[in-house]
Amino acid sequence: MAVSAVPRTEQLELSLLQMQRIRAFEAKAMELFQEKLIRGSVHPYTGMEAIAVGVCSALGEHDYITSTHRGHGHSIAKGLDLKLMMAEITGRATGYCGGKGGSMHITAMRHGMLGADAIVAGSLAIATGAAYALRLQGKDAVVVSFFGDGASNQGIFHESANLASVLAAPVIYVCENNQWAISTPFQDAVNVPDVAVRANGYGFPGVVVDGNDFFAVREAAERAVARARAGDGPTLIEAKSYRITPHSAATPNDNRPPEELDLWRARDPIVRFAEALVEQQLVSAERVAEIEAEAVREVEEATEFALASPYPDPEAAVTDVYAPGEWNADGRLR
Amino acid sequence: MTTAVATRELTMSEALNEALREEMRRDDGVFLIGEDIGRHGGLFKVTDGLLAEFGAARVIDSPISEAGISGAGVGAALVGARPVVELQISDFITLTIDQVVNHAAKWRYMSGGQVSVPFVIRGPISNGIGMAAQHSQSLESWFVHTPGLIVVMPATPHDAKGLLKAAIREDNPVVFLEKRLLYARKGPVPESEYVIALGTADVKREGDDVTVVAAGATVPLALQAARQLAREGVELEVIDVRTLKPLDADTIAESIAKTGRLVVVNEGPLTGGYASEVVARMVEAVGIDAFRSTPVRVAAKDTPIPYATALEREVLPTVDDLVAAVKAMTAER
Repeated sequence: MAVSAVPRTEQLELSLLQMQRIRAFEAKAMELFQEKLIRGSVHPYTGMEAIAVGVCSALGEHDYITSTHRGHGHSIAKGLDLKLMMAEITGRATGYCGGKGGSMHITAMRHGMLGADAIVAGSLAIATGAAYALRLQGKDAVVVSFFGDGASNQGIFHESANLASVLAAPVIYVCENNQWAISTPFQDAVNVPDVAVRANGYGFPGVVVDGNDFFAVREAAERAVARARAGDGPTLIEAKSYRITPHSAATPNDNRPPEELDLWRARDPIVRFAEALVEQQLVSAERVAEIEAEAVREVEEATEFALASPYPDPEAAVTDVYAPGEWNADGRLR
Repeated sequence: MTTAVATRELTMSEALNEALREEMRRDDGVFLIGEDIGRHGGLFKVTDGLLAEFGAARVIDSPISEAGISGAGVGAALVGARPVVELQISDFITLTIDQVVNHAAKWRYMSGGQVSVPFVIRGPISNGIGMAAQHSQSLESWFVHTPGLIVVMPATPHDAKGLLKAAIREDNPVVFLEKRLLYARKGPVPESEYVIALGTADVKREGDDVTVVAAGATVPLALQAARQLAREGVELEVIDVRTLKPLDADTIAESIAKTGRLVVVNEGPLTGGYASEVVARMVEAVGIDAFRSTPVRVAAKDTPIPYATALEREVLPTVDDLVAAVKAMTAER
């Protein structure tokens, strides 16, 4: 199967920048939550950056993704604008969804971001159907559905996997196995060592990769994308990783063993990626530092933009319930 | 209904089949997915012959996987396709209510209007024939209660065809509920193409004494009650709302202005049901003083649907129930 060689330096620098953007964005979002500038919650993607960025670096602009409640990383990796993201999660009119979606529902159709879904595993079927329809339309686009290890126990995961297989839908299921479903460890919820083996039951490949290794994730994604584009159907990629923050800003207590956290902090995907780039003399140490500073600056600018943006007009609450045309928000004829 | 156009007699199944066939010919983006809809042509023949004309890519015999296929329909709609998902029996919508309520209905809103979801989910209400509690429910009020959905329930072959065509062209998700007992019933259907705008009621019978609001199977029930009451000098005006949501309240209000009396008949359970919504809505719309007697709901009893004939008859609303309600109302001073 055709898998490209090591990506070009500019691409690698962009990937590092995206990983740093995610890291900085989530840190800022947690801060803004503490300052009560973000409502509801924030589910940080911190520690898992190599998965979203590795996978999305193997996609084209015309490809699509679906995301989850822990979705900021996917959006940033797919190329969304930090300003419009931050505006959305701070509930501003200038946000991607005009303040109607918030942190858990960022959608950006112009970037192929079909939407973040806060029903665990809910968007797996959506990705599957979108992939099938794109194929029916004669397009060669693929759809990636990101989800967690906890989602692999939902019925819709199994229904989607089976349906995608029989329809040969060009969808890639990316299971971010971060080991914990809030407080329940993976081994208490799943009686097989890997989520990836579940693909066998549906007749398509399942692969395990180190989710903290950008290169491993990217290579697996490239294979899966090539397979999907060729019309050979879905792939399940299980990327083993860890969230090095609590489940969410709204649920700060964490019952995971501190030594486990330390272990995974030592495997930081951004540090590993940056070190590899420097070691291979692809990017200089100075440039790595510049990229980190650039990401922090971009997030600061995004925050300034968001906090200077107006709140939505209360009247907007009743728009967008129905597609334009004949219906009012409450489903009455105009 | 005007009858100037040339018509022929079709069953509701045949009329729905024509709607699907015409829309699939008109728009390559329309595809069907459901259980036994291809080789078998659907358990009630609504999709008969469509596999042969449009092929397996557009008429998909799916696994038994209601959540999977309807979620896939939502995803397909997001990228511009027009999926029509068939539920073999509409009760099975409980298996995919998350995809309908949390996804189809909300995706546009959550995205701030970036997407539309042209998605139709259709299937039969199978009551009245001894299919018992899990195959006989009228669940329409759940979907009427969900912002973002449109809910349609046709009563005649003519309306079924025109409304399904409109539902497929609609940019919002539509829950399209068919009554299994009506599938085999024949009625006039125009030879030429037509579409019935969603959200428009149809006065199925004019009368000056009592306004009866019905949809789907309760329309023939109301018409039968009307024939019976006419012999006693009471004239019912039977309004078929056709689209439960959005409700064409204006047509009902006009009728109430004439009759001053309202009965809403519905096959769902009484409590929290569709009849309650219509009564409340119309009292607010026209004011209590517009009524000469208290508006009344005639609906199913608050029980699951039982199997035995005598039991099922006891639970579902009947012609006699409606006649009795009207008589009590017209006796009021």
